[in-house]
Amino acid sequence: MAVSVDEAVATGPARDRTPSARRLGGRGRSVLEVVLLTVLAVVMLFPVLWMIETSIKENRDVYAIPAKFFNFTVTMDHFKDVFVAPGGGRSALSVAFLNSVLVAGVSTALATVLGVPAAWAYSRFSVKAKKDQLFFILSTRFMPPVVVVIPIFLMYRQVGLIDSKLGLILIYAAFNVPFTIWMMKGFVDEVPAEYEDAAMLDGYTRMQAFWRFTLPLLLPGIAATAVFALIFSWNEFVFAIFLTSSDGVRTAPPAIAGLIGGTTVDWGLVAAASLVFALPVLIFAYLVRKHLVAGVTLGAVRR
Amino acid sequence: MAGIEVTALHKRYPDGTVAVEHVDLSIGDGELFVMLGPSGCGKTTTLRAIAGLERQTTGDIRIGDTLVNDLPPAERDIAMVFQFYALYPHLRTRDNLAFPLRAEGLPKSEVQERVDEAARLMRLGPLLDRRPHRLSGGEQQRVALARALVRRPRAFLMDEPLTNLDAELRADMRTEIKHLQGELGTTMVYVTHDQVEAMSLGHRIAILNKGRVEQIGTPLEVYDRPASLFCAAFIGSPPMNLIEVEVADGKLRSQGGLVLTPPPNLPRDRRLVAGVRPEALEVTEPGAERSVPARVVSAEWLGDEIIYVVDYGGQREVRVRMPPTVRFAADAPVGLRHTGGPPPVYDVSTEELVA
Ligand SMILES: Nc1ncnc2c1ncn2[C@@H]1O[C@H](COP(=O)(O)OP(=O)(O)OP(=O)(O)O)[C@@H](O)[C@H]1O
Ligand SMILES: [Mg+2]
Repeated sequence: MAVSVDEAVATGPARDRTPSARRLGGRGRSVLEVVLLTVLAVVMLFPVLWMIETSIKENRDVYAIPAKFFNFTVTMDHFKDVFVAPGGGRSALSVAFLNSVLVAGVSTALATVLGVPAAWAYSRFSVKAKKDQLFFILSTRFMPPVVVVIPIFLMYRQVGLIDSKLGLILIYAAFNVPFTIWMMKGFVDEVPAEYEDAAMLDGYTRMQAFWRFTLPLLLPGIAATAVFALIFSWNEFVFAIFLTSSDGVRTAPPAIAGLIGGTTVDWGLVAAASLVFALPVLIFAYLVRKHLVAGVTLGAVRR
Repeated sequence: MAGIEVTALHKRYPDGTVAVEHVDLSIGDGELFVMLGPSGCGKTTTLRAIAGLERQTTGDIRIGDTLVNDLPPAERDIAMVFQFYALYPHLRTRDNLAFPLRAEGLPKSEVQERVDEAARLMRLGPLLDRRPHRLSGGEQQRVALARALVRRPRAFLMDEPLTNLDAELRADMRTEIKHLQGELGTTMVYVTHDQVEAMSLGHRIAILNKGRVEQIGTPLEVYDRPASLFCAAFIGSPPMNLIEVEVADGKLRSQGGLVLTPPPNLPRDRRLVAGVRPEALEVTEPGAERSVPARVVSAEWLGDEIIYVVDYGGQREVRVRMPPTVRFAADAPVGLRHTGGPPPVYDVSTEELVA
């Protein structure tokens, strides 16, 4: 699968450009570049580095003044606390993580299953008032989620979706479907309709033609789109904190936020939990990075 | 194998564009039928309607004896080659060829046999294990043709299959397609906007304009007697000279003194235009017999021939095709005379052939 996927999105022109661009400057310039980029990287990454440090420091070292950069005792206790409750058994945070995985995964899958065929239909068929429909779909993303959180809250309370994972899944899917349709429509437009025409002449129905020929060519696009949707659902905070309250339902963002606010804040635990929370998305994005680039350079693909 | 019968085809796209106004075609069994016309005249739309990829607004399509209006493309048993070859990018040549056969559910041995046969016909042997992106344009083209062949369909539909190739390869492929069609004897509808392709390939040619058929005929008929002013101006390179004429003393006379042999049964009292091929005119020494005084405006040297633009009687320019041995300098005073038989004559107001 991966092979065909790469071929479908041949990034030839971009690849050609890089070496010559590098050759342009001399060695002097590249040294300057490296220095500047390093400074920039340090500034940008400092909070992250500090978070990593905090997560492996003893709590007394966290509060030490002057701050200890290097000479502190390394401990993994905070990470243990993330997963294991003080009295043994599962911690509330680990339940929240599982909830996050479930909610983000299912809502993304739902948005993809609904959005991809819709995008295909909008790309291939003449639909009445297609532009207006697409604009309407996009317009649902114009407002920030917080604007609708109160009406959704009231609605959910009426229909019994409040404080349920299903409620979160539905609302996240609803937010991701428009995005999926728009992004995927671009990808579908790039796949020549002739593949389906040829397949239909070869004896397949339209649905089979879509399923067997267009869909495999869309996989990189689907991967890119799904990652964006997944990141949205994974990171979402506003709906999560308004619509859920019990520990068994809560996703990770509100659960981590809940750690801050007592009389003393266990910063080591906050940092460790945040790290664990950030890691899956980073890994996932890294695995599909090629396809993410394909998503960003949409339209640069040559027929 | 089967003929194709298109009756009163009309296609209006949902956005209101009328792509095909009214098309009647009667394509014989085993015929290589070419549809020729300028861009946007509805060739592709007509072809896609025959294939079943587009549903016509009104009109009937028959393949063989079957009315196929409501049949999906898969059940029409035809193969189509697209301008963009549409080879499945994730499949090797071998599998691209086998695909339509596997769709039919043929046994493995038979699939193998037919793929080998098509590969031999199109000389694809060394390319069988490559994917499309590692094939040149011409090779992709041959694979696309082979994929149409393996199915042994009742008819081939070709939509400008050679447009993406360079001139030399195009000429080769043209010969190849013609040969293959003759060999297999399968009905073929071939769409192009290249008149050389149309002339050299077609048993018959249909000239389309603005969603209507202007003329249907053999290449010779279409060349000798274009059915309308549009066809007259479209076919031939350079195209016919359209010369305004009057009937006087049993001759066709144009202002400027040029005299043409008249065809029989000329209508009277109408404004007429004669279509004179560049090779039916001759540039002579000034004052030669039956010639009118003229002046060379420009000369285009094409190697095997020279196209002279000649002005006679002031502001009336015609193009004349001459062998490269006859040379006149630009601006030289010359004579001009008509050497061919009776030219086709058109009515200026209806734009149709009248005699
Ligand atoms: N899907 C469509 N929706 C609306 N209009 C269309 C559609 N497809 C084609 N048309 C229009 O219909 C007319 C005929 O198109 P068609 O593709 O049949 O022309 P063609 O003769 O094949 O031209 P070309 O030589 O450029 O391929 C054109 O004006 C075109 O813009
Ligand atoms: Mg066309």
